[in-house]
Amino acid sequence: MSPSTANSTLAGYDDAPPPPRAWGGSWRQPSVLPGFGITMGFTLFYLGLLVLLPLMALIFKAMEFSWEQIWAAATAPRALAAYRLSFGAAFIAAVINLFFGGLVSWVLVRYQFPFKRIVDGLVDLPFALPTAVAGIALATLYAPNGWIGKLLDPIGIKVAYTPLGVVVALVFIGLPFVVRTVQPVLQDLNKDVEEAAASLGASRWQTFRRVIAPSVMPAALTGFALAFARALGEYGSVIFIAGNLPMKSEIAPLLIIIKLEQYDYAGAATIGSTMLIVSFLLLLPINVLQRWSRLRSAEV
Amino acid sequence: MVIEVNRITKRFEAFTALKNLDLEVRPGELVALLGPSGSGKTTLLRIIAGLEFADEGRILFDGTNAGDRQVGERRVGFVFQHYALFRHMTVMENVAFGLRVVPRDKRMANADIEKRVMKLLSLVQLDRLAGRYPSQLSGGQRQRVALARALAIEPRVLLLDEPFGALDAKVRKELRRWLRRLHDEMSLTSIFVTHDQEEALELADRVVVMNNGAIEQIGTPEEVYNMPATPFVYEFLGNINRIDCEISHGKARLWGVEVTAETHDGTPVPSGTLKGHAYIRPHDITFIDPSKQEGAPAVVRHVAAAGPTARIELAVEGIPHLIEAELPRQQYLELGLRTGQSVTIAARAARVFPPAAE
Repeated sequence: MSPSTANSTLAGYDDAPPPPRAWGGSWRQPSVLPGFGITMGFTLFYLGLLVLLPLMALIFKAMEFSWEQIWAAATAPRALAAYRLSFGAAFIAAVINLFFGGLVSWVLVRYQFPFKRIVDGLVDLPFALPTAVAGIALATLYAPNGWIGKLLDPIGIKVAYTPLGVVVALVFIGLPFVVRTVQPVLQDLNKDVEEAAASLGASRWQTFRRVIAPSVMPAALTGFALAFARALGEYGSVIFIAGNLPMKSEIAPLLIIIKLEQYDYAGAATIGSTMLIVSFLLLLPINVLQRWSRLRSAEV
Repeated sequence: MVIEVNRITKRFEAFTALKNLDLEVRPGELVALLGPSGSGKTTLLRIIAGLEFADEGRILFDGTNAGDRQVGERRVGFVFQHYALFRHMTVMENVAFGLRVVPRDKRMANADIEKRVMKLLSLVQLDRLAGRYPSQLSGGQRQRVALARALAIEPRVLLLDEPFGALDAKVRKELRRWLRRLHDEMSLTSIFVTHDQEEALELADRVVVMNNGAIEQIGTPEEVYNMPATPFVYEFLGNINRIDCEISHGKARLWGVEVTAETHDGTPVPSGTLKGHAYIRPHDITFIDPSKQEGAPAVVRHVAAAGPTARIELAVEGIPHLIEAELPRQQYLELGLRTGQSVTIAARAARVFPPAAE
């Protein structure tokens, strides 16, 4: 028995509380299923081969430069502008997806309407569509003479061939990530929790803000992180709508391709490595935050 | 507070959950809604709470119509079957929720909220666990948090949906007594839903037995147990032996005794000969000496003698299923009943109904 129950005076009223979560201890836990050794070994090998090896190769390639050269290549004004656009647009797009993706999943979970299955299926299309096709379609729509561009042009909003176009493309490809992570959590959310909030006098907004949103938060953060990471690496759809003007609407992945075409392999690897490190530093706190909010709302 | 349920009807598509139902709950009463699943008891509770709305009829709280008021405005404390705790909040914040969502101009000061919450938590004996999350509590503790949370808004009426359904037997019994005490001390008006007859009979001032969206009987636990109004109540409350019998001219012969048949709605029993059912409680079966009194011959098939009463299963001639009898332990020992033994039984009390018109 854990010490917290041993000194409790509630004995007469209590059935046993769940045992405290076990932290640390042996790596290997007793289990009815065998195979810790082989599955763990395979996992490490697989991750090493598929993830770590290419990343190491990337960094080794960059190391062909001297430190001064690396610094110069990584911080060239054109590279800095590209990072700014890539990270900035990816972040803005992920935030937009967090809100509107959340809204889409809410509607899909909470309401019944005709063709709901079809609408639900539409959400996955950005996953399946070749990104170049998406990019060309978006560029055509948002070009000054396109269906949407025609409407926006007179009021002075230019989307295609500007950073705004980059955000539009990244919102498009990032949407399914948020919807598909938030949707199942919303589905599992018990209606009686909302009814409890209402019976205690909470308004609908208070119920949403204090009860529903915190429950969905860990999943929403996961969706946000996935959409953000995907947007950072996106290439195909963006280059058609971005216009690709150096210093203005050129994304970092494109700059890498340009360096490659100029046989500047080390330069390309340097920019790639910089992206890698910054992404890791950004995703790490998101993961920590996610873990923290997940622990707080452990399953009852 | 007086709660009046006035000719309530509720339909879910083709299914009618409640049929033209009337009920009055008096101030300070603890009332049980008892019935099998699908009898409409939870629907009725939710309509009283304002979580569901009736298609016809009215709900009156102290004589004023509550029907057009939302659940949050009715000041009802509702305790959900599966607790419905906010799992991202501590016990303290769960209980404080109802006080924190009050509009700012009417809200209590933070310190007062905390004081009230701690008082409630000590009332439910959870003050030591104020900082825990629901996932760190046992089922009984969660239920008490749910109760404290409902009480925090100082409700005029406390509604509990299967409050002990998910708990194991021992905890359930403790909580039951504790709820009864709480109800009396706080002089609340409470209604709880249960499918457990023992719970209803032990806890409630009055029991409302429901079946098929209608009320079969309202009465004190003693009334519904000893004087069931309908065959349904007979079968639902307590163990019962149902025996097919023949009614002729309003009377049935059962194991050598004549019993007057009755109907559950008080209409006269049809004359002539018809089939009926006799209902005998297991503790109303006596073991008699056949030389002195007329009875039915039977054979003891099984004896379960653990506990204060012994349960004896008997095979009686002409009855296809086993008959159950209950004896106080002392009497059982004196009789020295054994499996396979031949005995003669009689009924101390029995009631006969013609088959229900269904």
